[in-house]
This record gives sequence, structure tokens and C-alpha cells, in this order.
Amino acid sequence: MDDTTTPPSAPHLDDAQRRTLVALFDALLPPAPAGDDPAPAGDDPAPAVPGAGTAGGDRYVEQLLGAFDHDPPRIWAGGPTSGRHGGIDGFGDFLELSGWEALAWRRRIEGWAEAYRTGLTQLGEDFASLDESGRLERIERLDPGFRDLAFEHACESLYGDPVYGGNRDGSAWAAIDFRGDTAPTGWTDDEVTNPHGPGGPTW
Amino acid sequence: MVTDCDAVVVGSGPGGSTAAHALTRAGWDVIVLEKGRNHLLALEPPFGPLGHMSNDELKFTRRHVLGPDPILEPRSFRRDGADGERIHVGDVNNLPSTVGGGGVHADGKLPRFREDDFALRSSLGPVEGADVVDWPIAYADLEPYYAEAERLVGVAGEETNPFAAWRSGPFPMPPGADMFGATLSAPAAERLGLHPYRAPTGANSVPYDGRPACVNCGFCGYYGCPVEAKGDPVALLRAALRTGRCRIVPESLVVGVTRTPDGRTATGVRYLDLSAGPAAGDPPVRELRSRVVVLAGGAFETPRLLLRDGLGNSSDQVGRNLMVHFQTLTVGAFPFRVFGASRGRSVTHVHDDHIVGDDAQRAAARAAGLPWIRGGLVEHGGAAGPVQEALIYGPGRHHPDAMRDSSLRERLWVFTMQGEDLARPENRIDLDPTLRDVWGGPAGRMTWSPHRHELAASAHVGPILEAVLFEAGVEWAVTSTSPPLGEDAAAHPMGLAPASRHIVGTARMGARAEHSVVDPECRLWDCPNVVVCDSSVFCTSTGYGPTLTLIALAARTAALLTGEPLSAADPGSGPR
Ligand SMILES: Cc1cc2nc3c(=O)[nH]c(=O)nc-3n(C[C@H](O)[C@H](O)[C@H](O)COP(=O)(O)OP(=O)(O)OC[C@H]3O[C@@H](n4cnc5c(N)ncnc54)[C@H](O)[C@@H]3O)c2cc1C
Ligand code: SF4
Repeated sequence: MDDTTTPPSAPHLDDAQRRTLVALFDALLPPAPAGDDPAPAGDDPAPAVPGAGTAGGDRYVEQLLGAFDHDPPRIWAGGPTSGRHGGIDGFGDFLELSGWEALAWRRRIEGWAEAYRTGLTQLGEDFASLDESGRLERIERLDPGFRDLAFEHACESLYGDPVYGGNRDGSAWAAIDFRGDTAPTGWTDDEVTNPHGPGGPTW
Repeated sequence: MVTDCDAVVVGSGPGGSTAAHALTRAGWDVIVLEKGRNHLLALEPPFGPLGHMSNDELKFTRRHVLGPDPILEPRSFRRDGADGERIHVGDVNNLPSTVGGGGVHADGKLPRFREDDFALRSSLGPVEGADVVDWPIAYADLEPYYAEAERLVGVAGEETNPFAAWRSGPFPMPPGADMFGATLSAPAAERLGLHPYRAPTGANSVPYDGRPACVNCGFCGYYGCPVEAKGDPVALLRAALRTGRCRIVPESLVVGVTRTPDGRTATGVRYLDLSAGPAAGDPPVRELRSRVVVLAGGAFETPRLLLRDGLGNSSDQVGRNLMVHFQTLTVGAFPFRVFGASRGRSVTHVHDDHIVGDDAQRAAARAAGLPWIRGGLVEHGGAAGPVQEALIYGPGRHHPDAMRDSSLRERLWVFTMQGEDLARPENRIDLDPTLRDVWGGPAGRMTWSPHRHELAASAHVGPILEAVLFEAGVEWAVTSTSPPLGEDAAAHPMGLAPASRHIVGTARMGARAEHSVVDPECRLWDCPNVVVCDSSVFCTSTGYGPTLTLIALAARTAALLTGEPLSAADPGSGPR
């Protein structure tokens, strides 16, 4: 799996903020151990689901807030393929933005940066050291706008393409048995029409 | 008059692409102005793919890569005047704003309309509170252009729909692979007396027109195709470019149609050159002169342009009679994975029965106090990707198991009925009184609420679709609508504005100038060298996706302009 996230030239989150963010994302989308029911495939135990923070949520947010530290900005990954299933490894070649698109994204990112600064401060520097109920209590008291934003970014980071910084090594996709991008190979007609094979569906 | 070209085409979606293709083929010089970016194809020979399309959920569904960015181009929505000036600002029925328009990311179910769709008023009669009309043209007028559209785009399909209109020839390609979920839902529908069939789809099932067959990548609806198996609109644009008579200029926002002093003849267009970017201050205003102006900005942006420019509205009909599909969404989860969210072309089967109706549907209409009701095409399809699924479950301990269990993605099967929406003059696009785009132009505002007809049709069909899902083997099924109804509507995750991306009717075609915006050849009554080549001109919404019909209409309009109309086929000449 790709890991094109280079250390940012100017970190947008300091170490304390990163720790808080990882704990926040892990509380919003917590990990689950291997072997829990339901097993996604046959008799195999279900692989562990990583927490959104531990799987790279901080890198995801850092890359987003620092998108314009790179040229082209790291907003839209390239294409047409990642190279994981044949074809070229094009995802790492991020696409250019037009001047007007850049204006919109700079505004959006400025708003998010401010929301993270305020929201992470509101959670407190000791947030990562709290137990689960302590964390949930603090999250409950967060500004709802920031709570929604953090949840959206947690989902995007955990289940989006690893090129954006989260979903470390595709571990979340593996846990939910999702191949991710499939082009240019895709699926054969038989895999589409008879995905469970001759025995029929079991899971 | 010295001109820069024969025709300026405003917008490069399916409608504009078709016009550009047909006009250049007839020897006209054409310039296509597109306000969005180009991610589709190189604009220099050999006009190959740019390679920007990919299987990337974030880029396509969360980060506006195909535009428009709602920060730059906000729209507003209200249900009716009681909502005040607006209740929502942002994305309202946005289709991509990019070279290729909405065709780039549509999953391209491309059915034809039926004969009675063009004569709804005469075949079924009026409905109180709605403006049900006949089209000024008939299916037979459009049939040769339907055949041409299917051939140009490359439509894969089969002739097994018992309700389909006659056709002069077969589909250019056989259907592609059936999605597994459809192999369960289609037979179940048949067992309950319905007539499902393989959806006519604008994606290659075999190599066609120099483009490869679909690889069933699973990222179809809402995504650009990474292998170029979708033909609409890339096939049309590439063919136009290859004539050497077409120039496409992205990042060009048309803001006005220039006219002679009497206002009766267009002389060209005025547009903002967005390629300079904000660093240069206000975008430079440029002009192009042409003999003909083709408006193809889509049924939201075309009326917006006409209204901001004060053009074509002597009948006060511009923007009115907006129709969207009233969607009934019936979903259910199988006890096993059906892979609808990850393999195949999003939808592979459909059925039309609720358009045609039966005794039970007629009884439901009577019970609702309506003379008739019509539903729409029901698409049998899969769910969305994992990011979308993750958002639905909400945060908490349950989340990882819910994702592994995947009842709302890989086990989910979705029936979407594209319910026919009756025209009402008060449903409309107009200019928001205060909201502006980033360049200072008035934003478009949608005012829309359903008629009783749509509610009655949805209430009748929902339980039928649930029964089909249970017959197919789901563990549970539930029906909702878009836009949502009831007390909890405001909290609905899909929002209060209709989610349908099928938008039609805002520059209606008619036989009489006082009741319509364009004539039966799609020329503005008020300024006949301006033609409209998008779904604005539709007189009824029908229960079918609009795109093949708008392509056929655009091909017809262009052929009438160049004096090379196709001759009508004989209904008896081909397969029925
Ligand atoms: C996910 C999805 C799936 C879909 N699936 C189907 C389907 O299965 N079947 C079906 O029939 N339909 C489908 N549709 C709808 C389909 O995309 C539209 O019907 C179609 O794109 C409309 O074509 P158009 O040319 O009229 O307008 P558009 O595609 O909207 O193109 C208009 C273009 O004009 C440009 N433009 C607008 N105003 C200006 C201006 N002032 N200056 C310059 N440029 C301008 C816009 O940027 C845009 O690129 C789907 C849509 C979506 C979102
Ligand atoms: S499913 Fe087929 S047509 Fe659709 S995007 Fe993938 S390869 Fe293209």
C-alpha cells in the first residue's frame, strides 16, 4: 500500500494537538479486535479494525491543513490508477487546482484550521490520558459543529484512500473486506455476477 | 457581421457535446465555452484521456473535483414562499461543472421515453394544480435521433422490455454483466408480476468506438471512468475535436448573450475568463461573435443565464415548470454480501411497470382523488462506498462492527424509483435576491415542492418495492423519499432539497409563444438564432432519466439548424 505522506514542511498541529486528535478520532471511530463477530469472510476471523486516530487520522488532518505546503496542493489525488491492481502508480501525482479552486480550498482549510485549534483546545491537553467515559464526556461538551467536522474527517481518513494520509497501509479496507480502487483490472464478469462461487452465498 | 465562429456552444455536457458534434460534422466552426475545468480529454490531437478519473471516493464524492465548488458558486433552495427567501445555501442539485458536464460521472442508464410520454395531456388528461401538457413533437419525430444518440454514445442494452416504444434498430451493444444483487431482485420482481430488464447503459460491454469494455470497477455513479468505458460525453467531444472545426475553452463563464439593438438577433456571447485566477482581480470580460448561440448549461444554469440577461422571457415562463424526479428509495439488507457497492456499474436492471400502471395503481389514484398517477423507472442497484457508509452509522463503539457487518453497503440492495414529477409554474429556478457567486453574479435559487400526484404515486409503489425485496430474501426493508417527508424531514441526511440530479423543464418547448420559451425546434421565441440544447426544453419529466432524450433533442436541433434533418423511420421497420 502506498504511503506518500511526507513529513510536512511546517506542521500545522503541534505534538500535543496531534495526541489529542488521535485520541479524539479513536473515540469517534474506535478500534475493534480481530475475531469479533461477524466474520466478513467464511470461517476466517474478522481482521482487527484500527481506530481512526491510530490508523493515521492525525496525518490525514495534517495533510489537509497543510495541503498548500505542496505543489500541487494535496487536495485531489491523481489517476487513473494507484498501481495496486496494475496500471501506473498515479495517485501520488496530485492534480493542479485552478486559481479560483485554490481560493475556495484555502478558505475552507482556514476555517477548518481554526475549528481544530479551538476544538482541540476545548478538549484539553489531558484528553488523551482520560479513560473512555472521560473522553466521551468531553466530546459531548464540544461545539456540535466541530464534533460533526471531526467525525466527517475521521470517516474520510479511515475509509478513504491511504494517499490522503489515513487508513494506514489500507488496514481499514482490509478489516471490512473492501478492495478499494480496482482499476484497471476491475472485476471479471463472473466475479460480478457470481461473487460467492458455485456454493452460493455464505457470508 | 464578422464572426469568430458559426456557433458558440455554452456548456460541454451531454447536450452541448451533442450540438458541437452535429454542427462540426455538418461543416460548421464551433467554439464550446465551459465554465468548469477540463479533467476529461486532451484538447490537442490525438485528444486522449487526461488520466484524472480514478476510483477515489474522497476526490469525487467529498472534495468537488468535478466542480462546482459551492464556496465559489452557491445555490439556494426553498420549498415555497412560506420558507422565506431560502432555507438552504450550498449544493442544490449540483451536476458537475467540468468539460463533459454531468455525463462524466453519471452511471449512464439511458432509456428512451415512450410514445405516450410525449402526449401525456391527450392520453391521460389534466390534473388539478399541475400544468400537464403534450410535447409539440412526437416520439416518431425523435426516433431517428434516439437511434443516432445510442450509436454515438454507445449504449449497451437488450430488447426485452415489454413496455418499450418501437425502435428502428437494435442496440449497438449487448448488455454487460449482471450485478449479483440484480440476479436476486430481478427474478423476485418477475415472480410478483413485474417486468424487469437489463438497463440500457452508456458503458461499453465490448470494445466500441476505440474505447475499451467496462471492467466492472464498482466506482460508477458519481465517478469518472478510469478506463473510458463510458461514452457520454467523451465520444461526442472527441469526435467534434477530430473534425478540426471545434475548439473547447474551459474556465469560461458565459454571463450574457449579445444582441442587435432590437434584441431579436443574437450576435454572440460575453463571458468571464476564469483562467486568469483571482490574483488578476476581477476576471477579464471577453466576447465572441457567432451566427448562432447554443445554450446547453443544463436546466438549472440555462434559466439562470436567461434571467440574469433578460433574454427569452416575454412569456414569463423562463425558470418555471421546473421538474425533478421525486425519488422513492426502498432499501433492504440481505443476510449475505451482494457486493452492490463494490462491483459492477451501480445499476444493471430496471423495471417500468409503475409508469405504465395497472388496476391497483388506478385504484390508488382514485383513492387519492387524482385522475391518474404515474411512478417512474425503478433502478435495481447497489449502495455507496465505505466513507459514505461510515458517516451514516454515527460515532461510537458500534461503528467497527457495523462496518464489518456492512448492512448499509455490501449487504444492501437499493430500489430507486425516479418518480414522474408534474409541472407546476410555481416550481422554478429564479435569481436569489441577495446571494451572489464569487464573481458577483446572482446565484440561482430553486423553489420546489411535490404535487399530491408524486406523493400518492410514491405511497403506492413503496410497499410494492418492499415486497419485492422481501421476496428476493432481504432481512429487512425500509422506504424513504427524496426530498424527505414528515416531521423528521429537516433531520434527513440527504437534506431537504431533492437529491435527484434529473432536472428538466425550465425553458419549456411549446407550439405557442405565450405558453413556452422555445419553439418546437428549440429556438427561443424571442431570439430565434439562440437554441437551447439541454433538458430545460422538456415539457414533462416522465419517469425516465433525461439524458438520452436531451442528447436526441440536441442532435435534432442541430440537424434542423444545418438543414440536414434525419428522415423518420417507419414504426414497422425495426424490432419492437
Ligand atoms: C451520479 C449521477 C448519475 C446520473 N445518472 C443518470 C442516468 O443514469 N441517466 C440519466 O439519464 N441521467 C443521469 N444523470 C443526470 C445527467 O448527468 C444529466 O441529465 C446530464 O448531465 C444533463 O446534461 P446537460 O448537457 O443538459 O447538462 P450538464 O451535464 O449539467 O452540463 C452543463 C455544462 O454546462 C456548463 N455551464 C453551465 N452554465 C454555464 C455558463 N453560463 N457558461 C459556461 N458553461 C456553463 C456546466 O459547467 C456544465 O459542465 C446522473 C447524474 C448524476 C449526478
Ligand atoms: S463500472 Fe465500468 S463504466 Fe463504470 S466507471 Fe467502472 S469501468 Fe467505467
